[in-house]
Amino acid sequence: MASMVGATVVRKEDPALLTGRGRYVDDIQLPGAVSMAFVRSHQAHARVTAIDTEAARQLPGVLGVWTAADLEGLPATRSIPGMERPCLASDTVRFVGEPVAVVAAQDRYLAADAAAAVVVDYEPLPVLATIEQAMAEGAAPIVPGQASNVVMDQPLTEGDAEAELAAAPHRTSLRIRNQRLAAVPIEPGGCVASWDSTGLTLYATVQAPHPVRNELAVMFGLPQHEVRVVAPDVGGGFGAKASFYPEFILTAELSRRLGRPVKFVETRSENLVSMTHGRAQLQDIDVGFDDEGRLLAMRVAIVQDCGAWPDATGAGLPTLTIFMSGGCYKVGTIAASFRSVTTNTTPVAAYRGAGRPEAAYLIERVVDVVADELGRDPVDVRRVNLIQPGEMPFATQWPGIVYDESDYPRLLDTLLEHLDYEALKREAEERRRDPQRPLLGIGFSTFVEMGGFGPSPLFEQFGYIGGWESSTVRMNPDGSVVVSVGTSPHGQGHETAFAQIASDALGGIPMERITVRHGDTQTIQEGIGTMGSRAIPVCGPAVQRSSDKVRQKLLQIAAHLLEASEDDIEQDGERFAVRGTPGAEVTVAEVALTAYKPHKLPEGMEIGLQVMDYYEPTNLSYPSGAHACVVEVDRATGQVSVLRYVAVDDCGTVINPLTARGQVEGGLAQGIAQALLEEVVYDGEGQPVTSSLIDYQVPGAPDVPGMETHHVEVRTSFNPLGAKGLGESGATAAPQAVVNAVVDALSHLGVRDLDMPLTPFRVWTAMRAAEEGRAAAASDGTGPPPEAMRPDPAAPPPPDGMPTPPADGDDTWKVTP
Amino acid sequence: MRHDVTLRVNGVVNRHTVESRQLLVHHLRETLGLTGTHVGCDTSNCGACTVLLDGVAVKSCTVFTVAADGGEVLTVEGLAQDGQLTPVQEGFRQCHGLQCGYCTPGMVVSATGLLLDRPDPSPEEIREGLEGNLCRCTGYQMIVESVRWAADHGGPGAVAEAHRSRTEAGTP
Repeated sequence: MASMVGATVVRKEDPALLTGRGRYVDDIQLPGAVSMAFVRSHQAHARVTAIDTEAARQLPGVLGVWTAADLEGLPATRSIPGMERPCLASDTVRFVGEPVAVVAAQDRYLAADAAAAVVVDYEPLPVLATIEQAMAEGAAPIVPGQASNVVMDQPLTEGDAEAELAAAPHRTSLRIRNQRLAAVPIEPGGCVASWDSTGLTLYATVQAPHPVRNELAVMFGLPQHEVRVVAPDVGGGFGAKASFYPEFILTAELSRRLGRPVKFVETRSENLVSMTHGRAQLQDIDVGFDDEGRLLAMRVAIVQDCGAWPDATGAGLPTLTIFMSGGCYKVGTIAASFRSVTTNTTPVAAYRGAGRPEAAYLIERVVDVVADELGRDPVDVRRVNLIQPGEMPFATQWPGIVYDESDYPRLLDTLLEHLDYEALKREAEERRRDPQRPLLGIGFSTFVEMGGFGPSPLFEQFGYIGGWESSTVRMNPDGSVVVSVGTSPHGQGHETAFAQIASDALGGIPMERITVRHGDTQTIQEGIGTMGSRAIPVCGPAVQRSSDKVRQKLLQIAAHLLEASEDDIEQDGERFAVRGTPGAEVTVAEVALTAYKPHKLPEGMEIGLQVMDYYEPTNLSYPSGAHACVVEVDRATGQVSVLRYVAVDDCGTVINPLTARGQVEGGLAQGIAQALLEEVVYDGEGQPVTSSLIDYQVPGAPDVPGMETHHVEVRTSFNPLGAKGLGESGATAAPQAVVNAVVDALSHLGVRDLDMPLTPFRVWTAMRAAEEGRAAAASDGTGPPPEAMRPDPAAPPPPDGMPTPPADGDDTWKVTP
Repeated sequence: MRHDVTLRVNGVVNRHTVESRQLLVHHLRETLGLTGTHVGCDTSNCGACTVLLDGVAVKSCTVFTVAADGGEVLTVEGLAQDGQLTPVQEGFRQCHGLQCGYCTPGMVVSATGLLLDRPDPSPEEIREGLEGNLCRCTGYQMIVESVRWAADHGGPGAVAEAHRSRTEAGTP
């Protein structure tokens, strides 16, 4: 019997989604439902001096308008104790987009009218739009009751590694700004609350319905059985739908007060200021290394921008960054510390990778800078530092952070087999000498990240009740199967992948006889949710174990029916037979039916074919890979084009190559877009500049290159499935591959580093600045001679809007990239 | 102000009185209950709301219902017939051209419109043709392959072709 795990299978989810029969939150139309809309602050930091709701209340179709004063006693959202965010701002607003009031009206148009009619008077307060402003001497704390804006200040090591850095033959430093990003799931946030005599039901576009239920139960003082949270089809999440939002509490409270269902669906413009942002780290790195580029010591200091209200997960993300800051290398010692800082901006929390992409970018840029300083090939510097397969599992210096089995050198070798690196290097060199041709650069990313989030002692620290997952497998009397899982998908294809795992573990029950259910706290057993690449490595084994237990019972019943020893029973798909006894057969359906006829079961056997099981992982898993990017840089405009992107990933056991490819490519697109396009920008007054899709550059089809994806499968011993997780690898791997490639293309000009996103203007500015610096150095005799590569006098002028350097040497035109 | 509007949607004639400001996407979703057409932005960037209006792919968040009066609309719900997916829908299934599914109805309708205009597009032409539809999950390559699969297996589909030829003939 062919294994379904590892087979390319089209998805069970697709026919409904392709025909418009999906069911997302905004598709749920409950009888009598009304629309809720927010009045949001347009000030980044201000005292609220008056709110006039009278005109709004008089508009047609308006059921009510509520401010914080009208909802006294309403719970705040959970966070670090003392930093809980109220659902509505009361006396002070702390970021643009923070809700000040809510309205409920008959439909979304009338609700929008009413929200627009609420008049709020503000008295501006000093705005702390950046971490630098927020940490400045005398900056007033944004969160009340805090001593300063530094809400967490944690050294993770005792020493500062100064002695090791000083002793290293070479030493350098680097400052990295990992820019703020927006998750932008194409389905924005939203929920529908319906409070009736049996309790509260909340339909919400979330990644983890059980934790949302737990929160709501505590907040409203309800027992958990009176709160039902349903995640219907969820249109993307990328981590941002793992956060808890004020609308969950407010729709519930308004439904309780109005006695009607209340729906809220945010607009995209609201989404870009309301849904939690990601990344937003400033990193200072010192590194000591030897002549071959061995990393002897590193010091990492991170400042995490938390936004105005620290998110329970977001404030601690630098911990994950630091745990992964050594990457897939044997770094002598790492000294690390972080500070989490509040600013007058949208709160920051998990976004695809959540703390680990920031680490992978950090260490992969460090390796390239080290290679550049030594004049060595970045591939060679990687090789001397890579952890070897014989050294795995590899205990890092961080307690409990133990990398599982992989073969990092083989990943790199496999990548190079697909790349023809030597030819590319020759071409890059030729192009440098030919001013008519765009520059070429090659960038590498040999990365490792964390997946399989658990185990419970770790996951508790992120506010979850545990780090396990659950699965219930029920075989119906006709032999068909329903699998209920505790994870909650939003595009990953769980209904297909878990059916594949169950099919194998049940001995070959066909996929079409298996249905997978999820995302409803009333009908699914306890679960945790989908985040941290945990569904396959943590819930997969739960499905496997519960399926296997059902199969063991099937075998016992089959043996009983066939009057044979269990050891002699063979299964061939939907048929059991006695080994060596032709004709002694019984179908799975016959066995399943028997399970529901107690008088026909072996003495003492319980009725039914249903097993619920949990799986607690022994540790995190560590997906890894070796990626390369080849870029072309236009000399005249700074425009970067990705010519090739090659990915070799080790996610352990691949369940379905088709959906695995989808996960890798989707993540790569987000990572490439971080490198080239995306950034959430605030102006000096804390006003968001990127609050619509006109300004925030989500890549379209022409912006994303074709990608080549390959897998090397090294099973992890940390779970019985051997799977490590894959959802976050692409977004973790890609940014540094692209940036390393662009820096490589410009390295002969003396460009050493660039901050993302590498917009044409930023690249163009860096090229011009580097050329000018080199020309100046050459003319006073202190620098290397200018090369053949000089600005081409025949090249077209920069595009409109780009400043042009004046001839007189005045450099006030320069714009800091 | 309210207007009497007649629209033929997926072959069915509907008459309703609508407000001037009502967007076609809300008419489809909330008045007619055709929730397959989605809303993903408020600036006409994402394309999740794409439908065919009189043979042309349009963003139904950018069309007032009243402006479509007398027109013929084909939404994602109208593509498959008798449970048979169109080549475009089947292509997305075979080539994993969707993940969360939220952009998918707009993407499928846009791809259908693209194949009506250009039956044998190159990968580059597919990327350009779908520029107005954002997908955050797939990275687009598998969408490009899905549309190529459709081009090789029958094109836009019978319903869309009939819709195009009827509206070209000016008989909505």
